[in-house]
Amino acid sequence: MSRILVVLERQAGAWHKMSWEAAAGAMELGRSLGLEVSACVLGDGVGAVAPEAAGAGAAEVLALEHEALGQYCADAWIEALAELIGETRPAFVVFPHTYQTRDFAPALAARFGRTLMADSTGFAMENGAPVFERPLFQGKLIGRFLFETPAPNFVSFQAGAFRAAPGSAASAPVTVRRPALDPARLRQKPEPPFREAAQAVDLSSAERIVAVGRGIQDEGNLELARQLAATLGAELAASRPIIDNGWLPPDRQIGSSGQTVAPKLYVALGISGAIQHIVGMKGAGCIVAINRDPKAPIFEIADYALVGDLFEIAPAILDALSA
Amino acid sequence: MKILIALKQVPARDFPVDADSARAWIDASALSFEMNEPDAYALEAALQLKESSGGEVIAVSAGPPRVQSSLREALAKGADRAIHVDAGEEAARGADPSVTARMLEAAVREEQPQLVLTGLQSDDTGSGQTGVILAARLGWPHATLVVAIEPGADSVRVKRELESGWFQHVTLPLPAVLTIQSGFSRLRYATLMGIKRAKTKEIRLVGPPADALTGQSLRLLGLAEPRRQKQTQFLDGPPAEQAAKLVEKLRFEARVL
Repeated sequence: MSRILVVLERQAGAWHKMSWEAAAGAMELGRSLGLEVSACVLGDGVGAVAPEAAGAGAAEVLALEHEALGQYCADAWIEALAELIGETRPAFVVFPHTYQTRDFAPALAARFGRTLMADSTGFAMENGAPVFERPLFQGKLIGRFLFETPAPNFVSFQAGAFRAAPGSAASAPVTVRRPALDPARLRQKPEPPFREAAQAVDLSSAERIVAVGRGIQDEGNLELARQLAATLGAELAASRPIIDNGWLPPDRQIGSSGQTVAPKLYVALGISGAIQHIVGMKGAGCIVAINRDPKAPIFEIADYALVGDLFEIAPAILDALSA
Repeated sequence: MKILIALKQVPARDFPVDADSARAWIDASALSFEMNEPDAYALEAALQLKESSGGEVIAVSAGPPRVQSSLREALAKGADRAIHVDAGEEAARGADPSVTARMLEAAVREEQPQLVLTGLQSDDTGSGQTGVILAARLGWPHATLVVAIEPGADSVRVKRELESGWFQHVTLPLPAVLTIQSGFSRLRYATLMGIKRAKTKEIRLVGPPADALTGQSLRLLGLAEPRRQKQTQFLDGPPAEQAAKLVEKLRFEARVL
């Protein structure tokens, strides 16, 4: 019987936490379609940790073991998974939408003549088939997609799309498989991952954060954000474009390629709220968003929304705080 | 090195994007379009490679006639020539990125570059797949989220961005496809001389492959408005009033001050 295959990710010797969210999404898809879920993990020596994957509720765990899988390599992941999918013909293959998934899953799906439904935020059953949703136009609209192709189809779930189920003590049979990988045919030669410089700022422990986005317009205008941060006793942070411009150092970036934070207060100044930023801060206790576009996606997750010109509103807030 | 840079034209930032009356796609009538920013970084990477090790930079875009303005911009910044895959609006949307990859594939096969560069994702559909699918269709190796490129004789060593501040070097044989991370390098502006020269450079028009829309895997059923995830309170009024309301709410309702 066809199943749903969820591909779990290991990162630096530990489970990537989005793996469990993807597993929860796979379980939900399985319940909707009446299919069981198989979880799979790739690596060199992952057989020992594979039983932990059963806690997500999978009916079986497949450990793909090979020395060529010790370090991530796109060709190795594609070859090993193509072999497994070719043999087991799952109805759906589910991934966490991580940087690693982005690197190999589109090519894996292409191998089967399919397009990955990337970055999905969830699905709804319509006429017996799942209709997947994903943000379009920087989150300003949601696209609703249906697969036109028969199984296997491929979908990756965005961070936070599903709540990871608390790890249970459930067990499931673990099968260790050795894919027929020929290391000589793997074209990418990866070197060990490294960190550029010690991260000087740990924003994850900040209680208050003032974050700036494109709306700040000019490097000189950062002073206004600095003043607001200082007055609120907050750390200054930014969305990616500000870092790309070199206006603030990379260790002040919040989002999928920066830090993930959950302060008590998060003030978003001129941040539109692309999904890559949202995933890094939506856990904040109280979110204040100031943006001149009333349809900016940041307002969907804000507690307090101030539509208008941040260059008028931020000084007014400074005045109100000192009053 | 012969480098092909694939770029997409997307709705300009700061323009409100709304669904059309049928909620099938966006209402493009009031929009202005510009080069997808991650692709602008890919173009910058291509121009820097040409400056350091010589060669040719060819810009390619699949879309309706309007994309020629972005190709012209690439030429003004220093690309040598351009190819416009003349595709209809629907095919050019990228709702299924395999369709986009198919349209670019023929141009790559004809030009036989050593490197294809493109942005890591587009600011409109944002699926971040076109470059990787293109590599798979060509049978070439690829690397994504590239932040630095060291060209070799028959290989290229790239620095990839991983998550949480980690990086990794990967070496791959040529020809290859690289998707470039935003912020790769400062973007250059077109010079007046560049803009003048661009007018004499060639934009070659080619038809889309006949099978571009067949073999589609994803069908876009329609667009929906995002759902509010919180009970958002909109604080209205002139700035001073908005600010006063906010400070009061933060002090006495949210109690975070």
